[in-house]
Amino acid sequence: MRRRYLALRVVSEQPVGQRDVTSAFWSALLQLFGEYGASQVGFSLIDYDPQRGRGIVRCSHKALEMVRASIASITEISEKPAAIHVVGVSGTLRSLRKKALS
Amino acid sequence: MRRFVDLHLRPSIKDLDQVENMVRKSSELGYRLVGVSLPPDIKRDEISQLQKICRDADTDLVTRADFIPETRRELLNDLRRFRRRFEVVSVVCTSKAVARQAAKDRRVDLLSFPSTDLRRRFFDDAEAELASKALSSLEIDMALLLSSKGFSRIRLLSRLREEAAIAKRFRVPVVISSGATNERLLRGPHDYASLASLFDMPPSLALRALSEDPLAMVERNRGKLSPDYVVEGVRVIRRKKGCLDA
Repeated sequence: MRRRYLALRVVSEQPVGQRDVTSAFWSALLQLFGEYGASQVGFSLIDYDPQRGRGIVRCSHKALEMVRASIASITEISEKPAAIHVVGVSGTLRSLRKKALS
Repeated sequence: MRRFVDLHLRPSIKDLDQVENMVRKSSELGYRLVGVSLPPDIKRDEISQLQKICRDADTDLVTRADFIPETRRELLNDLRRFRRRFEVVSVVCTSKAVARQAAKDRRVDLLSFPSTDLRRRFFDDAEAELASKALSSLEIDMALLLSSKGFSRIRLLSRLREEAAIAKRFRVPVVISSGATNERLLRGPHDYASLASLFDMPPSLALRALSEDPLAMVERNRGKLSPDYVVEGVRVIRRKKGCLDA
C-alpha cells in the first residue's frame, strides 16, 4: 500500500498530549466521513512532540484529501480552542523530515 | 509558483494587535495577498497603518468593504458613495431583491451568502446567470464550515455543493476565503482545497478559487482605480509634458 506522511503543527494555548491529538483527529474523521470512510484511511500518529506541537502522521495515499480535510476541520482539542496545520506532505518519512521539520 | 489570496479576514480593526497576528499568520500559511474587511468610513491613515502591518508581514493588503444593505436602494447608495474607495466590494445578500441587484451590478465583486438558513441563500440559476454577465464572483467563507457542527454542517455542505455546481455551470468564478474573525480559524490554502472537496469541488478548481480568480479580480480593480484608467480597454500609457496630472 502506498502511503503519505504529513508533518503537522498543533496550535493551542496549552500543550496538547498525543492521545488528545489522536482522539480529535478520529472524532473529526468520523464526523465528516463516517465509519466507512475512517476504515479506508490507515491513519497513525507516528511521531509527536507535545512541547513543540509538532508531529508526523501516516495515511494511505488514496485517503490524503480525507485526512487533510479532517485535520483542517479540527477547531477544538479536549474542548479547548485549537487548530492543526499541515506543514508538509511527502511519500517517505526521510524526505518529509528533511523538507518540513528542518 | 501560485500566489495565494485570502480576501476575507475579519479582525476587529480597532485592535491592531489582532490584525497584526492574523496578517502574520496568513503570511505564514502562504498567502501573499490578504483582504481585510474595513468599515466604509475608514480614514486614510488607518489604511496606511494596515498597509504597514501587511508590508512588515510580507503580504499585500487588499482593501475591502462589505455592504449589508436591506434594500436595493440602500445597495445602490452604498455603491455610489464608497465603490471607488475600496479595491474589492462584497455584498452580503440578505434578501432576494438585494441579491439580484448585486448580481447584475458590475460594481459588485463578490456575492456573499453567509446564512446557514437555506431559505436565505439566494444563489440559484437566475442569480448565477446575472452574476456571470456582470463578472461578479461567488464567495465561500470557510469559517462558516469550520464553526458549524452536526446537522447545520450537513445542511451547509449540501447547499454549498449545489451552489458550487451552479457556479460551474454558469461559469461564475468562485472565491474561497477564510472569513476568519480570529487566527485559529485560519487554514492554509491546500487545507481549504481539501475542505472544498467536501462539497465536491475538485482540488484544481479549489486552488484556482484561492489564487488565480481572486488575484485577477484584484488586479482588474486596481487597474480601474489607477489614475491612468480611462475606460475598459483604454488607459494612459504616457503623459506628455505640460499635460495636467490626473
